This record gives sequence, C-alpha cells and structure tokens, in this order.
Amino acid sequence: MATVIELPVETYKGAVDPDWCPGCGDFGVLRSVQEAAGRLGIKPENLFVVSGIGCSSNLPGFIHAYGIHSLHGRAVPVATGAHLANTDMKTVITGGDGDGYGIGVGHLLHAMRRNLDVTYVVMDNQIYGLTTGQTSPTTTKGHKTKSTPQGNIESPLNPLALAITSGATYVARGFSGEPKHLVDTIAGGMAHKGFALIDVFSPCVTYNKINTYPWFKERVYKLEEQNWDPSDFYKSIEKSYEWGDTIPLGVLYKTEMPTYEDGEPNLQKGALVKAKLGADKNVFKELVEEMI
Amino acid sequence: MHEVTIGIAGAAGDGLDKSGDTLARSCGRLGLYVYAYNSYQSIIRGGHIWLKVRIGEEKVYCHGDQLNVLVALNQDSIERHAGEVHQGGAIVFNGDRIKCDPSLVREGVQVLALPINDITKDLKEKYGPIKPIMQNTIAIGAVAYLAGIGLEEPSKVLNDTFAHKGQEVIDLNIGLLTAGYEYAKANAKVVADGWTFSKKRRPFVTGNEAIALAAYAAGCKFYSAYPMTPASTILHWMAANQTKTGILVKQCEDELSVINMAIGAGIAGVRSMCGTAGGGFALMTEAVGMAGIMEVPVICVEVQRGGPSTGLPTKTEQADLWQVYGASQGEFPRLIVAPRDIADAYDSTVEAFNLADKYQLPVLMISDLLLSEHPETVDPEAFPAEVKIDRGEIVEKWDESQGKYKRFKFTESGVSPRAIPGTPNTLYTHASDDHDEESILISDMFTAPPVRRKIMEKRQRKMVNMLKELKAPVLEGPADADVTLVCWGSTSGVVKEAAERMTAQGTKTNFLVIKYIAPFHTKEVTEILSKAKKKISVEVNFTSVMARFIRMETGIAMDGHVNRYDGEPLEPQGVIDSVKEILEGKQKDLDVSEAEAKEMVYHYLRTHSLEKLRPVKLTQEAANGKGEPTWNVEIAERVTGKPGATMVIGTKTGTTHSFTKAE
Repeated sequence: MATVIELPVETYKGAVDPDWCPGCGDFGVLRSVQEAAGRLGIKPENLFVVSGIGCSSNLPGFIHAYGIHSLHGRAVPVATGAHLANTDMKTVITGGDGDGYGIGVGHLLHAMRRNLDVTYVVMDNQIYGLTTGQTSPTTTKGHKTKSTPQGNIESPLNPLALAITSGATYVARGFSGEPKHLVDTIAGGMAHKGFALIDVFSPCVTYNKINTYPWFKERVYKLEEQNWDPSDFYKSIEKSYEWGDTIPLGVLYKTEMPTYEDGEPNLQKGALVKAKLGADKNVFKELVEEMI
Repeated sequence: MHEVTIGIAGAAGDGLDKSGDTLARSCGRLGLYVYAYNSYQSIIRGGHIWLKVRIGEEKVYCHGDQLNVLVALNQDSIERHAGEVHQGGAIVFNGDRIKCDPSLVREGVQVLALPINDITKDLKEKYGPIKPIMQNTIAIGAVAYLAGIGLEEPSKVLNDTFAHKGQEVIDLNIGLLTAGYEYAKANAKVVADGWTFSKKRRPFVTGNEAIALAAYAAGCKFYSAYPMTPASTILHWMAANQTKTGILVKQCEDELSVINMAIGAGIAGVRSMCGTAGGGFALMTEAVGMAGIMEVPVICVEVQRGGPSTGLPTKTEQADLWQVYGASQGEFPRLIVAPRDIADAYDSTVEAFNLADKYQLPVLMISDLLLSEHPETVDPEAFPAEVKIDRGEIVEKWDESQGKYKRFKFTESGVSPRAIPGTPNTLYTHASDDHDEESILISDMFTAPPVRRKIMEKRQRKMVNMLKELKAPVLEGPADADVTLVCWGSTSGVVKEAAERMTAQGTKTNFLVIKYIAPFHTKEVTEILSKAKKKISVEVNFTSVMARFIRMETGIAMDGHVNRYDGEPLEPQGVIDSVKEILEGKQKDLDVSEAEAKEMVYHYLRTHSLEKLRPVKLTQEAANGKGEPTWNVEIAERVTGKPGATMVIGTKTGTTHSFTKAE
C-alpha cells in the first residue's frame, strides 16, 4: 500500500460558510468528514460528496470537493451512478434521517445489499429541520412535533439493525458531541472496502428539544472502550437494539465481503470514465451479424 | 409492388415468434425486405398471438393490411383469421388436430391441412416423437414453398439457430422443414413467385435493438433500467452484450433509482442512458428537471404503450406527449425527440448523445411500442460502426493562475465549458437548487433576482442555439397536394404508405413527420401548414396530442383527426378510409361493426370459461327495447355445431345486454 500523505483540514474548507443554526450538530459532522478525508490523504479533486435535500444535505456546498446536492431521497442512486462511472474517486454520501431513512430508504436498502464501496454519513437528528419540525422516521414514540401534536404514534426505525441485516459491511454510530471519536468512525468507514453506514447523532437545537446534547451525553458510551468485537453478525444486531439509559457509539459491525465493484465485469479494467469511447469495429460487426 | 404477407396465429407458448423469425431472417438474407408485427398480450402462456410478416422486393414501411398466407396453430386462430386471407392465398394448419370449416374461407383460397403424422413418419423413426412445437417448422416449410423463397435459405437459418444444440437437432429441424415444403409443393400452388433475390444481407432488427446498438457506437458507458414492457428489450440487449460493449448495465430497484443513477453517471463524465415505458417515466420526472438545472448530459428513452396507468402493457399508443413535454416542475432546456423508424432511431440516439454533451442537457427520446418491438430489415448502411462523437466543450486542464473556474459561467452561447469531476482546480458542487456561475446556491442566504434572471436566460439560450442545428421537418410527397397528413413516431410508416396509395388513387396527398418536439421548429411548421389545403393529423391516441401541440406552437388547427386507440397500430387502408370520411364531411362512425361484435363475443367466451363455444351468426336488429340497435349473436358448440347460447350486444354502447345459454 502506498504511504498516505495526510492533508490538513483546511484543504477542504468550502467556498461558503455553513448556514446551519448556531449549535447545530452538523457543524461537527462537516468538520469530521473533512478531518477524515485529510487523515486518509484524499485530494479534494478525488473526493465526491453527494447529498439529497435537507439541512444536513447542504453539506456538499460547504466542503472543498466535487459535490452533488441532489433531490430529496435520491442521494444514494445519484451517488451510485457517479461512483460506478468513476471508481477512482472516493464517494461519501451525506444527508439526514428524513432523506435517508424516510423518502430514500428504498434506495438505501438496495445499496447496502449490493455492498457498494461508498460511505454514507447520516446526520440523524430525529426530526425534520428544514421544513420546520415535523416527525421523522427516527423520531421517538410519543414525541410531540408539528405534525404529531398529540405525540408520535409510530415506532422509530432502527437504522443500525436495518443496515446490518441488509448487507452493509461497516455499520457504526457517532455523535457530533464526540468529535474525535466521530473522525475515527468516519475515517474507518471511508477506509473500509464496502458499504459503510454511519448514523451520527447530530442534534437539532431548534426543533428537537428532547434528543439534545445533554440527553445524549448522559447516555452514550464507546464500544471501542469495551473491547467490542464487531465481527459477530447476530450479536451486533442485538447490540443495535440497545437504546435507553445506555446507547453505544462506535463500530457495531464490520466484515469483509466482495463488493459490487468486484463482481461487475466492466469495472475490472479501471474507471469507466477513462474508457475509450466508440465501438470496436470487429465487435460491432459481430453484433450486427447476429441480427441477420 | 411485389409482396406477400404471412400471418401466424396461435397461443403464447406455441413458439410462434421463433417460426416468424426463421421466415423473416430467410427473406432478409435473400435480399427481400421484411416488416413484422407481433400483436401479443401480457401473458406468458395462452392468450392469442397474431404475428404478421410482410415481405417485399422493395422496402415495406408497415405491416400493411393484406393477408396472403395464414398459418394457424390452433382452432381459435382458424376461426378468427381464415376469413381474412385474400383470394389466391392459402391457409396452412395441422390437419390432424385442426379443422377448417369451408364456410369461413373466401373463394379462391387454398386450404392446406398438413397431415403431420403421415409426413413425419420417417423422421419419427429416426429421431423419436415429434414435439407439438415442431409442427411450426413443418408449417414454415410449407410457407417457404407458398411464398416462393425456396428451401435453401430457411435451412441455413435453422442451421444457425440450432448450431448450439448439435447436428442431430439441426438435421431434425431441416427434415421437418423439408417435409412441409415437399407436401406443399405436391399439393398446393405457390402464392408468390418470381422474386428477384438481391442477396443483400440485411439485419432484421427492432427499434429497441437499434437504440442499444447506437448507444454502443456513440460511446455509452452506463445503462440503467427497471424491467417494463415495451422498453425491456433494450435492457436485455444491453445485458446480453455487456462484456462485448463494455457498457455497465444496471437493473435498479425502481425507476427513481434508474434515472438518478444515470444522472450521477452523467455528472461523473460518462455517456449515460436509461430507458423505460410511460409508467416508469412518470416516476422519473422529478429527476429530469434536476438534470436540467444541473446541466447534465443524460439520455432517457420513454417507450409509449397503451395507457393510462397500467393500461395496455403490450399494446401500442402515442399518448405520452404531454407527460414527456411537461415532465418535471419549472422550466429548463431539454431536447425531446421522437424517432420515426428504426434507421432513424439509430441516428437519433447517436445525435442525442452528441447534443446532450454539447448543450449539457437531458435528452428525452419518445418511442412507442410499435417502433420499439417490431422487427424490420434495415439496410446495413443505416448502422455505421463509426459515428461522430462530439463531447462538447470540456475543460481538460485548469491552472489556478486562470482564476476561479466557473462551472456555470454566463456565456453568450449558454454553454459553460464543463470540467469532469476528478479534474484538479475546477472543483464545484452540482446543485438542484438554483445557483450562480460558481454553483453557489442562490436559494437560501444569497437570493439575488438578477443572478437568477441571468442563469435562467443562460440555460434557455441553449434551446435557441440547439434549434439552429436541428433539421427542420419537410413535406414528403407531392408539393401541390390536396391533403397533408401530419404524424409522428412509428405512425410515419403507415402514413407514408397511405399517402402514396391515395396519390396513386387520384387524391394528391403528402405528409409531415414531426421529429423534434422541444425545441420546436415553429417557423418552419407554421409556413408548411399555413399553405396546406387540408391538414389531417394521424395518431395512435384518442385526443390527437400532436395536433394539439402543433396548434399550441403555431396557432394552426387541423381540419380533421384520424385516431386509433384500441391497442393495435394503424393500417394503411384504415387511414385512407378515415381520411376519405373526413374529406367527405362524414361524422366518424363509432358503432360496433360486425367484425368487432364478433371479437367482443370471443372476448366474452374466453373470459367466462366458455371456450367450447363460438359465434356463428350475427344479425343486427334496429329496435328491440334495449334503447339502441343491437347485434344478436347466435353461438354454437365448436365440436357439435349445436346451438350453445345467444348474446345481445349494443351497437352504440357496446354493452352486453344479455347472454343466454341454450337449454
């Protein structure tokens, strides 16, 4: 393996400063993604940051890299297309819980079962922020929001259990209140070969008055400090249901599996974007001959 | 013109398409032209399938409205189609299993009941029992004689078809073919003869295959799709040949994913395409606008089928114009193009890739089931291996001394030179929010009306400039025509034939095919249509969408509309009859005809598990208390001929007033 030349975090400073609310958890996530990229020595021109729509999905505009700020719920397919077309670039998907676990959850499942070699950082604030405070797929039961004034009657989705059972090969949780740990977790996902899902508690200081920084601080602990073995599939699923007085952070599950790219015949000779254009005359002739 | 039309009828699973293929390829290799149309249903086994293969010494542009030889693979097919065979023609079937009532047959039509058991005795001794599906090959042998194409070429085709199955299978099939040929030779007269075989070998290809082949030639590297008739055969071709072409083929979880992946690939810098039918495109529409605002080159093929909703999955229609034209919220540049035939589908696809790159925009290609799925012989010159590839203005290198790279630079042409992601010093974000030259959002904190105005104008300038290089539509046929037919898509083939026949019959008729929908040649079309004496639109839909579109763009209304919306493609005589009615000022007759009433009876019998019965006599009654004239149908048992039931169908409404089983 080539030696990694680490790059300073300033390398990735975007042209525009984030317009998130002061205190928003997403600031910490942005910084962690930048630091993780720097640690892995990924040049900005080789980094593709793809998002959907939502407060957190504005992230590509705030980082110095190639970016796609796509449609609500469609970050995963857009990123898949971009990544398959240019596997020489590192693709990181960023977005929120509504974008990834709500409107876009169908795509997420399939990307995970493909074990596509991309990293997905979900800034999970358990609320819809950009649309001013409606319930989200991870909103706790009973939580009163603008769209559930009597309290949310639906059970929240468990993104980590979903990821482990769907075929993701790196499943982790971070917290923007634990920045150092978050950088390690994201860098680990980006270095991992295969689909990495990193669910990050990124508190919404404006619309979620329940799942706040103090609320998490009282509950979270780091799996890495407990000698957690992330290789056990079934134990990881069990662990992903730990929620309440204690909530684990860190890599719950990690395994090595062939990626989608490994199985795709047309990716064995390098990135598609570098392939020669136009038909091979002999192949073309053969294809036409088959029609006669 | 020297031509012959063969019809093959049976049930799904009868192996009918293979038989048609053998016949068509043989003709294609002999240098004859072939146009085939398979009227099928969304069913894997059973149902009724009706394949017409029209063969001509000159190019044939549609499946026509003749029937010279009928191959019936089941009893139902005899009853439905025997009466359609023209004088001098022939009906071929397995005489051991199927009967042909002479009353069904027109005068001067030969009835060739193949004694399958007798004529395959030797083959059975040598190869064992003959499977039912093999009767088709015997029938094709008989057709080869009747159609005057000889035994040699079909034998070669079978040889190629079964090459992978070994010599014994080849010998058996050629034996069956020969048995049918020899029997017909000894017992029937040829139906068509005296062909001049140019021996020019022409590919027998569908519109979908032409699009896929063109994509390969044009340098497409990414194709995504979700299975949906009638677009699926693009996916099948792409997948079958992916290791040869190097095109990455991705079947996605849904059409949202399909187009978003294609756009992602387009952003990353590869030539990328996706395909779907009308229903799938409905799911894709939001992303089309994203490609517009992000200025992404991407191709989306929308193959129309009978709608609305699931509609008629395996039937043709041209009713998605508004959906494609109106796809996505807001206003953005895009090319909408509707190829007219298979050769044009090839050219249009190559052009689509070039224009998508040059003007950095999505291209929506509207096809229809008939164009996409019918195979036709096409001159090989129509499929050049080497095509023009124009990737537009690309920034290969950027030095920081040049200042900041502006991905969406406001330029006179509207096109901003594109840096492909991965290029150093040209970093930017593609945003679905509107943005300034540097791709910084103008939607949140920097809302700036003049910036919005200028980026909108920049994008829209691409439409103005692109129009200048698109070939304007021209009138085809006599300039001083009395009638001008207006059409689009695959309907152009049948319209061409109808116009030529009308001109030959004394009514000078020309026609106009609309290919580019957006941007639209308003000036040229206005000029043409304002001079036309009688303008009649011909479309496979109910509401004449193209005629309405033309009126919207030019202010010119048609003098009449020919429409078909029963799932079947138009046929030349049908168009001629309808045009004549319009010229004579007649109101369109929407009553149920006798033939239609018979079809409705068959439908009723099939859907009520009464297939032992068949309609035998239809009489019309003017007034019988049902509030409308009716078709009174006598229905008999197929085998015994005894009365089975009576059915009363409303001539105006088409309702089944009654169905009464015989005591």
